Amino acid sequence: METFLKIDDLSVGYWTRRGKVGALVGIRLEMSEGETLGIVGETGCGKSTLGKAILGILPPLTEIQGHIFFRGRDLPRLGLEEYRRLRAKEIALIFQDPMTRLNPLMRIENHFVEEILAHESVSKAEARSRAREALLSMGIHESRIRNYPHEFSGGMRQRIMIALALVLKPSLLIADEPTTSLDVIVESQILEILQDLKRVYHMSLQLITHNMGIVAEICDRVAVLYAGKLVELGSAHDVFHKPLHPYTQGLLASIIHLDTKELHSIEGSPPDLISPPSGCRFHPRCPYAQQICVEKEPPLVEFQKGHLAACHFGDTFL
Amino acid sequence: MPKAGSLWAYAATRLFLSLPMLLILLTIVFTVLRIVPGDPIAALFAGRAPPDVVAATRHRLGLDLPIWQQYVNYVVQVFTGSLGTSIGASYHGKSVLFIIMDKLPATIELTVGAMLVASIVGLSTGVISGTRRDKPSDIALRLYGTIIFVVPIFWLGQILQLIFAVDLRLFPAQLRFSGGPPPLMITGLYTLDSLLEGNLGSFLVSIWHLVLPSLTLGLVLSGFFTKTVRANLLRTVKADYVEAARARGIPENKIVSRYAFKNALIPVITVLGLQFAILFAGAVLTERTFTWDGMGTLLLTAINEADYPMVEGVIVVYALIIVLVSLVIDVINGLIDPRVRY
Repeated sequence: METFLKIDDLSVGYWTRRGKVGALVGIRLEMSEGETLGIVGETGCGKSTLGKAILGILPPLTEIQGHIFFRGRDLPRLGLEEYRRLRAKEIALIFQDPMTRLNPLMRIENHFVEEILAHESVSKAEARSRAREALLSMGIHESRIRNYPHEFSGGMRQRIMIALALVLKPSLLIADEPTTSLDVIVESQILEILQDLKRVYHMSLQLITHNMGIVAEICDRVAVLYAGKLVELGSAHDVFHKPLHPYTQGLLASIIHLDTKELHSIEGSPPDLISPPSGCRFHPRCPYAQQICVEKEPPLVEFQKGHLAACHFGDTFL
Repeated sequence: MPKAGSLWAYAATRLFLSLPMLLILLTIVFTVLRIVPGDPIAALFAGRAPPDVVAATRHRLGLDLPIWQQYVNYVVQVFTGSLGTSIGASYHGKSVLFIIMDKLPATIELTVGAMLVASIVGLSTGVISGTRRDKPSDIALRLYGTIIFVVPIFWLGQILQLIFAVDLRLFPAQLRFSGGPPPLMITGLYTLDSLLEGNLGSFLVSIWHLVLPSLTLGLVLSGFFTKTVRANLLRTVKADYVEAARARGIPENKIVSRYAFKNALIPVITVLGLQFAILFAGAVLTERTFTWDGMGTLLLTAINEADYPMVEGVIVVYALIIVLVSLVIDVINGLIDPRVRY
C-alpha cells in the first residue's frame, strides 16, 4: 500500500538580499491515513513553511528540492492546474490568524460558493446549501451566511475558516497554529472541533503548533523542528516521556507547572538561517554540547522503534 | 440595504456643511481679487476713456462702494442664485450664471473624456505593473508613470497636435465641432445632444474632436493612477486573504480580480476623487491649448479682464462640483466596501 504522505529529503530556501535562507533542510517524514501528527518548534523554525510547501503556496522564487509524495503523486512536480485542483479538495490548510484570512469585501457565502465551484461542477444553489450545512456544522447560524467577515468575532472567523477547509471533505487537514491568536475559551472550542474531526471522521491532521499542551492532548505522533531541521520524531507518548533531543527536553521544560511554579527557558534564541551554526544546529544553546557537536552534524537515528532523534548523545537519554 | 437611510442623512449633512466652506472660499477669492493688481474699468476701456466716463462706469457697477458693502452685495447675489453680472468686456452686462451654464458642458465633456482615458490607461498599466513586479514591463510602466506625471499639459497637447493633427491629419487640433452647425442645444453636451437629435454623424464629429484634448489631459493624469494602482496591488497580492484563497484552490485569475484588484481599488477611488481638483486645473490648460470653449477659457478671459464676478462665479462652480464629486466618491466607497459606515 502506498504511503499517505511521505516527505522525502525536502529542502526549502528563500532568497533574500543577504543570501539564501534555508528554511527547511533535508526533512524526511511520513504520515499515515487517519493519523494526527504534531509539528512543533519555536517561531522561525520552518513549521509554517512545511505546511505551505505541502500545499504549494510558497511565494514565487522559493527554492524547493526533494519530494512530497501524497497518495503516490509527487506534489512539487505537479502541473499548476493539477496542483490547484488538489488544494482544499484533498489537502486543506487552516491559518494562524483568522482575522485577516477572509476577503473583507466578500460575503461569507460567496467564499464557500466560489471555493466549491472552483473544484466541482455543481449548481450555485447546490453550492449554497452545502455552504449552509458546513457553517451549521461549525455552529454558525444560517441567518449569518450573507454577512461580511468583519461582522464576526475571531473565534467565529476561525470556525468559518475550518468550515471552508472542510466543505470539500479533504483527506488531509493542515492546521497552522489554529488557536494562537484566539483567547483560551475559544481555543478550547477549536481544539474540541479538531478532536471531533479526528475521532468522528478519522481525518488525517497535521497540527503545527508551539504549544506542547495541545500536542499532548491530540497528537498521535510528534515531529520536532529546530532551525529548519527535523531533530526528533516519535509517538507523542515516547517524545513526552523520553525526549531524546536536548531541544525537545528544553521545550518540555518550558511548560509552566502549577505544582512547582517553575518556568525554565532555553537559553539564547534560534540561529540565523542564512549562516546556521556548524555541526549540530542546536549546539550553541545545548547544555550538553561537546566538541563533536560543533564539528559533525548528527544524523537522524532510530534509537528505539519509531522514535528518531538527531543527537550524538541520544542513547544517553534513553 | 439597511444603511440607505443613514446614507441620505449623511449626504444631506455633507451638503449642508459645504455651505460654510463655500462662503470661506468665496471670501478668500473676493479678497485676493481685490488685492492683486488689475482694475476692471481700466481693462474695460483699455485706459482710453475720459475720467468722467470711468467714474460713471465705476458708479454704475457698484465698484465705488465701500469694500464691505461690495462683499455683502456679492454674497447676497450668490446665495440668491444669480452669481452676479459680468463686468468684463467680453460678457459685459450678462448674467454670470447664464454664461457659466453655457460653457460648463464643454468642460464636462472634456473632463469626463479625460477621466475615461486616465482610468482606462491608469488602471490597465497599474494592473500590468503590479502583477509583474520588477519585470521589464513593470519597469517601463513605472517610468511611464513618472514621466507622464511631470510632463506639462500644454507641451503634451502641442506634441499630440503636431503628430496627429498636423502630420497624420487624423484628428482636428482645435474646437468642439466642425463641418456644419453644432447639434441643437439641449444639454450643451455635443455628444449627448447629437444622440438625442438622432444624428450619428454629428455624434462622431464631436467624439472626433474630443479625442486629442481628452487624451492630453487623461494621459497626464493616468501616471498617478498607474502608480497608485500598482502600489495598492503590490500590497493586496501579499495580503493574508489572498494566500488563503490560493490555499483553497481558487483559480489565479479570480484571485487577481476578486481579491487583489477589488481590494486595491478602494484607496484608488478615494484618490480619484482628490484628482478631480487637479483635473479642473489641467482642463484650463487643455482648453487653452485646443481652443476649447469651456470654463477654463472663460476663467482665463475673466482674469485678463479683471471680471470679478465672473472669476468668483467660475471658482464657486468648480468648488461645488468638487464637493459633489467627493460626495459621490464617498457613496461609491460605501457601496463597494461593507466596512464603511456613515
